[in-house]
Amino acid sequence: MPALAPVAPSSTVREDLQARIRNMQATRLDERSLPTLPALQSLLPGGLRQGVAYSVAGSTTLAMAMLATPSAQGAWCGVLGMPDFGTEAASRLGIDLERLVLVPNPGNQWLTVAAAMTDVLDVVIARSPARVAPAETSRLGARLRQRGSTLVVLGEWPGADATLTVVGSSWQGLGAGYGYLSTRQLEVEVSGRNGMHQARRRKLTFPFDQGATSAPREISAVNRVG
Amino acid sequence: MNPLRVVVVWCPDWPVVAARASGLLPPHSPVALIDRGEVVACSAEARRDGVRRGLRLREAQARCPELEAHAYDPVVDARAFEPVIAVIEERVPGVQVLRPGLAAVRARGAARYYRGEDRAASELLGALAELTSTGDARIGIADGIFAAEQAAYRTAPHQRTLIVSAGASPQFLAPLSIEALNGGSLGEPKLVPLLKRLGAGTLGDFAALNETDVRARFGEDGARAHARAAGMDPRPVTVRVPEKDFDRTVEFEPPLEQVETVAFAFRAAADDFVAGITAARLVCTAIRVVVDTESGAVSEREWAHPRHFTAAEVLDRVRWQLQGAGGGLTSPITRVRVSPERVDAVSNHEAGLWGHAPDERIHHGLSRIQSMLGHDAVLTAVAGGGRMLAERRVLVPWGDAPPATARVAAGRPWPGSLPDPPPATVFEALRPVLVLDAAGEAVDVDQRGAVSAPPAWLCRAGGGDRRGVTSWAGPWPLHQRWWDAGRARRASRVQLVDDRGEAWLVLLENARWWAEAHYD
Repeated sequence: MPALAPVAPSSTVREDLQARIRNMQATRLDERSLPTLPALQSLLPGGLRQGVAYSVAGSTTLAMAMLATPSAQGAWCGVLGMPDFGTEAASRLGIDLERLVLVPNPGNQWLTVAAAMTDVLDVVIARSPARVAPAETSRLGARLRQRGSTLVVLGEWPGADATLTVVGSSWQGLGAGYGYLSTRQLEVEVSGRNGMHQARRRKLTFPFDQGATSAPREISAVNRVG
Repeated sequence: MNPLRVVVVWCPDWPVVAARASGLLPPHSPVALIDRGEVVACSAEARRDGVRRGLRLREAQARCPELEAHAYDPVVDARAFEPVIAVIEERVPGVQVLRPGLAAVRARGAARYYRGEDRAASELLGALAELTSTGDARIGIADGIFAAEQAAYRTAPHQRTLIVSAGASPQFLAPLSIEALNGGSLGEPKLVPLLKRLGAGTLGDFAALNETDVRARFGEDGARAHARAAGMDPRPVTVRVPEKDFDRTVEFEPPLEQVETVAFAFRAAADDFVAGITAARLVCTAIRVVVDTESGAVSEREWAHPRHFTAAEVLDRVRWQLQGAGGGLTSPITRVRVSPERVDAVSNHEAGLWGHAPDERIHHGLSRIQSMLGHDAVLTAVAGGGRMLAERRVLVPWGDAPPATARVAAGRPWPGSLPDPPPATVFEALRPVLVLDAAGEAVDVDQRGAVSAPPAWLCRAGGGDRRGVTSWAGPWPLHQRWWDAGRARRASRVQLVDDRGEAWLVLLENARWWAEAHYD
């Protein structure tokens, strides 16, 4: 009787299989993507896809982290409508400030500026405007697809390819009057189209591991919703 | 081979004449111009009392007690000489300015045109006499610049022209003192005392020495001085090329009140400006825009460009400057002037055969956003230095060079700044919040840096969005720049984690709490 191969945890096997199914079912001919930090691989399997929009709710750091590896590898990035963007944190995450363009106050021309920025920049983070008509978002979506650039919207975005929502957060390092903020446990729920109909939850630890070769700092897949 | 015949026009005591013409000095009293404690130039009245060039100020004042001393300004000299050059150029083209007050032109053309060197000289003197500021101009004509210059110095008020006939320059120079080598437009300060000690008292003595020996003993400078003393000044007259005027000015009569009308009216001038620079095979990498308003206020600013300006971009800068002046026009515009601040040869900016693709595209896209929203709307970030988080973020408009101070500040250690990790949201302006203790009283920090009670609640200034504080650290004192009233800061910082697991950086200043950053 042949020896049994070591049994992998069932969740990993399931994800592997799902990833393979996703790849076989790919509906687009040309699916390009940008690399991400190893820590985000569980959230964005296959990297940051080009030509789509992502929606991130509840964490600027998470949105910045999505830009980090593309920027470090030479992509031009943009920040739209965020006058409070912490550039020091961005550069600490690995974003190259020389290739970062900020438009903090687009006024009432949010969509025009967003279209102009996504025309020339590879990845753009934007704070979603107060209200935006669905027709306009789909027009911007078409433009993204055509140009192959990625939009990361902080807040609601109707046509988002995936939505990353922070559902839990806790900080370590502070006590009652002593210590300082050091690490953060983030629980992120990913939901979206493209084979990710089921929302998944992942835990991340910030500061993120930035080593390109190290394993994802994923603690565990806690539970499955829906 | 004899050197070319040269006409030298000399205006005696030019620094004094220029200073008097510009109203810095009174006209008929002993005056002297002083540079680094020594007399550079003095008026004839002062010279009568024994004041000389090179005297210490104190000695000059001892010789002439009523002497009025004034600091020497070479810019005034050069500027006042400009009309004189213009007059000479009108009569005889091709002027070389040896120094303000001394100009050389080639004699051949002038002598032929005016039928004789003496007539050319009197023509020039006549023209210069019409210029009131010139004083009495003198003319020397000889072979080579040095001899002509010496001839001009040997003129007198009643005999204002000295012509040394062709080939006679060595004989003319021979009896002159060796000091003449010093007084010219190109001094040999070390050589002259040495030659004197060696027994060469006149130019003739020096010229009699063997040229090879002079070169071996005194080097290249000595050989040059030797040639000059022998009346063989090899310097040609290097004609100055007047700099092209690329400035474009548009006057508005009546004054215009709308930014767009001004921009529209300037459009043709902007095209012309760039076309003029391109025609000279130059590109402009920085321009200066000067806007005059009816109220007399002048707005002046330099605009740099990461590449070089096109007409549309020049127009954009004019528009931004008009818009930037206090959020709109305060007074109608009477005049707009654009001048190049930095130019560069066009060959340095030639695009490759296939262009530099990505950067070019990005620049165009961002420039388009800039023309939509304004110059300051598209920014790039550089790391700054400081203890406050907002100071560590320096935003520079796209296309401008980052300030040098930011780079220096970023390299400093800044003890007392926040430990890592830096927060992702740094509020542009501090936001008012309330930090309350369990009893609902505002938390205070005493003189010894201790909190009055542990913070228990964090809420917005109005009292909304109330969050419980689960853990906190601090207060960390921030006490800096007490010597600088504008940037002094005396505050206490506290890090808080609220009951939703979000972290904040708040600070207490002047008994009020502010949120500085959010770790989101």
